[in-house]
Amino acid sequence: MLAWAVVRPFGLPEAVMAVPAAAVAVATGAIGLDHARAEVARLGPVVGFLAAVLVLAHFCDVEGLFTACGAWMARWARGRPVRLLTAVFALASAITAVLSLDATIVLLTPVVFATAARTGVRPKPHVYACTHLSNTASLLLPVSNLTNLLAFAASGVSFTRFAALMALPWLAAIGAEYLVFRRFFARDLAASAPSPGVGEPPALPLFALVTVGCTLAGFVVTSAFGVEPAWAALAGALVLAGRALARREASALSVVRAAAPAFLAFVLALGVVVRAVVDNGLADALGHVLPGGTGLLALLGTAAVAAVLANLINNLPAVLVLLPLTAPAGPGAVLAVLLGVNIGPNLTYAGSLATLLWRRIVHQHEHGVDLKEFTRLGLLAVPAALVPAVVALWGALHVV
Amino acid sequence: MRVIAWLVEGTWPACVDAVRAHAPEDAEVVLLHVSGAEVSGVAHGAFAGLLGRAHRGGRSPGDGWGRDPGDRLTALGDASAAALLEAAAARLGRPCALVERAGRVEREVVEAADDADLLVLARDGDRDRLGPHSLGPAVRFAVDHAPCPVLLVWPEAAPDLATLPPPPPREPPPPPHGPPPRP
Repeated sequence: MLAWAVVRPFGLPEAVMAVPAAAVAVATGAIGLDHARAEVARLGPVVGFLAAVLVLAHFCDVEGLFTACGAWMARWARGRPVRLLTAVFALASAITAVLSLDATIVLLTPVVFATAARTGVRPKPHVYACTHLSNTASLLLPVSNLTNLLAFAASGVSFTRFAALMALPWLAAIGAEYLVFRRFFARDLAASAPSPGVGEPPALPLFALVTVGCTLAGFVVTSAFGVEPAWAALAGALVLAGRALARREASALSVVRAAAPAFLAFVLALGVVVRAVVDNGLADALGHVLPGGTGLLALLGTAAVAAVLANLINNLPAVLVLLPLTAPAGPGAVLAVLLGVNIGPNLTYAGSLATLLWRRIVHQHEHGVDLKEFTRLGLLAVPAALVPAVVALWGALHVV
Repeated sequence: MRVIAWLVEGTWPACVDAVRAHAPEDAEVVLLHVSGAEVSGVAHGAFAGLLGRAHRGGRSPGDGWGRDPGDRLTALGDASAAALLEAAAARLGRPCALVERAGRVEREVVEAADDADLLVLARDGDRDRLGPHSLGPAVRFAVDHAPCPVLLVWPEAAPDLATLPPPPPREPPPPPHGPPPRP
């Protein structure tokens, strides 16, 4: 049962596989019906929050935010690779933090590639930076990563306190990544063509920026009054989607599609399956490995276990498995899990060994990828980012 | 005579200038650009790491959150390679053939140079410290395995003699030996 549940649904990343798997888990009694219902009730608000953030990011793209990002980066870097890398780090960190890692991977990465190619700069360090930062820079806010939303719901801290505790680890991890990238890609960053095309000044996507700014303010206000911050995300998403609908730039169908319903169903089903696995013995097994408490060494150990587990399966199931085990030890342990599952996946190309094996099996897009180089970068960057981030979290827990 | 210039983002103008300076007037010039798969491959991988977002239904590209950024990177890469070759042909200012290949970069370069009489390429390593590392792995491979003579150029002006390291300390005089024994 355990092997079946871990290998199959995680190897096939699609709701089509996960929903029947959840149904089977309930039908075979691996998880009681009331447990399954409680899990869905617990995950429901999280999934709603996620849907709102996905819609928000999608319509920021429709408003031209990401095209403008490309133009800003090109103008600021003026064809100099190191300046472009700095710009990519700043924008990718901000976009990942506010609009989630999906936005960085799906929407920002192509823009960064196009910007580098257009200004005569080798795209490789900049595209690699996007993929790394989509993980490393997703520490700051609960909306940055689905793993954060899950932990946020489980930890019981407020939105503002979450951000305050994670601000230092976020900065420490990004700073460490930046140093590693400057050294690792020194060769590519030294080459630039003499005649960069800077391009036209971009039209400012003012409406999208103001809406995102108001949504962020809404997160702070709602959490100050004890209201679910998901409502602020929903309001921001409705404003942007409503404007696109009113200007006939989007159909109702495209709004639904932007919320990625298949993905949301997948998250719910995955939650049920993982709960079944945890109930059937995994909790005891991992309980022996996880250190208790929130001392510096315990936090480091927790983050390391989380990073390893995220690399074996994927950070989504990893966080679902680890949350119930660490939540009793308090928010410090939960946030250490987040550091591990968010930074850890940079070690494995494709996010986890399970995904990697699956892609190897189906031979998809695998012909030209230099696994050695990516893994070497990950082996340098993950410990370099994870250790300072955990130390910063430990410090923040004492100060904030 | 057939001259192949391997053009890489950032350093290609030096190769084109070297062809203008050194290739004979009647030489057949080929401008070569090779696209590696690793950059779009990393984007494919990052997208696959987003568990549950992908559309697995067949070969058709997805849209919205199911849109694989790796596919867009491949398309953008093709366009930028074509633009680079166009710019290089304009800088060269004489008839030439434009060749775009995809795959393992260093191997594609060596294979493309199979029937060439000269391969022109630019240093791609760390040029602040002159030594073995001023050639990166790809250029190192091409220099070692090229089936023809290689013209290795500097992306910027070649260094002057001031970059020479100090000479090694003088060898101590050999210990005095007696005359070799006579047979």
